[in-house]
Amino acid sequence: MYAQMIKSEATKDDPEKLVAFQARIDADEKIEPKDWMPEGYRKTLIRQIGQHAHSEIVGQLPEGNWITRAPTLERKAILLAKVQDEAGHGLYLYCAAETLGVSRDELTEMLLDGRMKYSSIFNYPTLNWADIGAVGWLVDGAAIMNQVPLQRTSFGPYSRAMIRICKEESFHQRQGYDAIRKMAEGTPEQKKMAQDALNRFWYPSLMMFGPSDKDSVHSEQSMAWKIKINTNDELRQKFVDQTVPQAEYLGLTIPDPDLKWNEESGHYDFSEPDWSEFFDVIKGNGPCNVDRLAARNKAWDDGKWVRDGLLAHAQKRKAAKVAAE
Amino acid sequence: MTRDEAFFQFLLRMGDNTLILGHRVSEWCGHAPVLEEDIALANTALDLIGQTQMWLGLAGEVQGEGKSADDLAFLRDAWDFRNVLLVEMPNGDFGRTLMRQFLFDAWHSIMLTRLRDSKDARVAAIAEKAGKEVTYHLERSGDTVIGLGDGTDESHARMQEALDYLWPYVGEMFEGDAVDAEMAEAGIAPDPSGLRADYDALVGRVLAKATLTIPDSRFAHKGGRNGRMHTEHLGHLLTQMQWLQRAYPGATW
Ligand SMILES: [Fe+2]
Ligand SMILES: [Fe+2]
Ligand SMILES: [Fe+2]
Repeated sequence: MYAQMIKSEATKDDPEKLVAFQARIDADEKIEPKDWMPEGYRKTLIRQIGQHAHSEIVGQLPEGNWITRAPTLERKAILLAKVQDEAGHGLYLYCAAETLGVSRDELTEMLLDGRMKYSSIFNYPTLNWADIGAVGWLVDGAAIMNQVPLQRTSFGPYSRAMIRICKEESFHQRQGYDAIRKMAEGTPEQKKMAQDALNRFWYPSLMMFGPSDKDSVHSEQSMAWKIKINTNDELRQKFVDQTVPQAEYLGLTIPDPDLKWNEESGHYDFSEPDWSEFFDVIKGNGPCNVDRLAARNKAWDDGKWVRDGLLAHAQKRKAAKVAAE
Repeated sequence: MTRDEAFFQFLLRMGDNTLILGHRVSEWCGHAPVLEEDIALANTALDLIGQTQMWLGLAGEVQGEGKSADDLAFLRDAWDFRNVLLVEMPNGDFGRTLMRQFLFDAWHSIMLTRLRDSKDARVAAIAEKAGKEVTYHLERSGDTVIGLGDGTDESHARMQEALDYLWPYVGEMFEGDAVDAEMAEAGIAPDPSGLRADYDALVGRVLAKATLTIPDSRFAHKGGRNGRMHTEHLGHLLTQMQWLQRAYPGATW
């Protein structure tokens, strides 16, 4: 299967170059934009980095949903800072993708017309204030789990973007945990909100690691290229092992009756998420897919006159400068 | 009116301006025309909320009833708000939002510069910190107003429309009353009418570069900074902003 995939993705590439390329990867060298790379490597990276960038951008929406309703000035400030970070992450990642020969505008168009995806987690709604805590705790928590190993990814610009991003992500997770902790320790209503948030976000967070590797077409090649470092199942297990004690500390119940510590394996046993729901959401049938994409399209369309205006002004100034020289 | 009562009113005016404008700007989150603007708008809102914490924190201290900045932000009704009407105006399109920002930033930066010389050290310290942030806000909003005013025909038309719509809300920022007289006498804050000449010069310079025409009229809508008559918009804004605190009184977040 592995050899077969390399073959199918790389038929156009010079076999000698391919071998040399793989040797560089195996020696943990970083691949830089000007270096030779297989077409499949480039395409996979564009898809992966682009999708990650889009996730940061669309991810502003469920959290932005609560900025105007944040319950204290401090919570409002923290949330604003976080959402601003996420937009910044989008920017670093688009820049990393651009080094592969695709422009930010092209990537944006592909997001807006549905050719490219973003993380399905952002197709779930944020319904009560504890959701903001749950998003930081679980969603950023799962993202960190995915992203920490990617700091060692083989593509230089991607690796450097991940290093910057991971620094900020740990603040996101801490503020989320702190926000939901306040609720879990609060009034009965607040505790109810916290439990409700955990109930809704638990399985979608587990889905963030993607389906089991045995069902994932891209995994093996991506791992050989060090675009992907761990398997989806490894990371999911690590996430569960980390999160269960945190939930216990909060006095919240993870919505999985079969969850239990397994002495033998040294890990928690847990229930798989409903993968049919996952594929439904990917197909566009999540609770918020239509609204999220509509919001991004509206922002882009409504903003056209602004982008055009600023561009026209910049060109006028350039022309005036040239004329003056 | 005692000096502290006047001081309290003055601090509410400063803090409510930043609170309400910060709220408005934060409504853009995730919906801006370009990613850099999403970041810049979030950053501006964040600065304004941070300034609110300082102004309203001090207001609570001066009031002496044990109220926190949060109590003042989340538990007053519309008639107790002291922001100018300009900042509660709805966002409209991006052009109107940036024009509102520029018209406010210009006043804000001049005001904060003067406040650095306040005889009250706490006011001077807040002005010092906020002033740095607002210098940057003004640079950004000014540049954007110029870029869009002097951009395409459409962007020019939209910016002129925004200016025409918002101009009647400018005058209120310079209307003095007994509170201001008291603050000026105490050396805590300048009389607002004394800021107008600098403002007109600054705004005139930027709007000229933006190829925009300042409306002829000096008519000014008033009633925000003394709470006599806010716009209909403020109540809606407060229903959102204050909802959780109102629905779950006494909870800590
Ligand atoms: Fe992020
Ligand atoms: Fe991320
Ligand atoms: Fe994050």
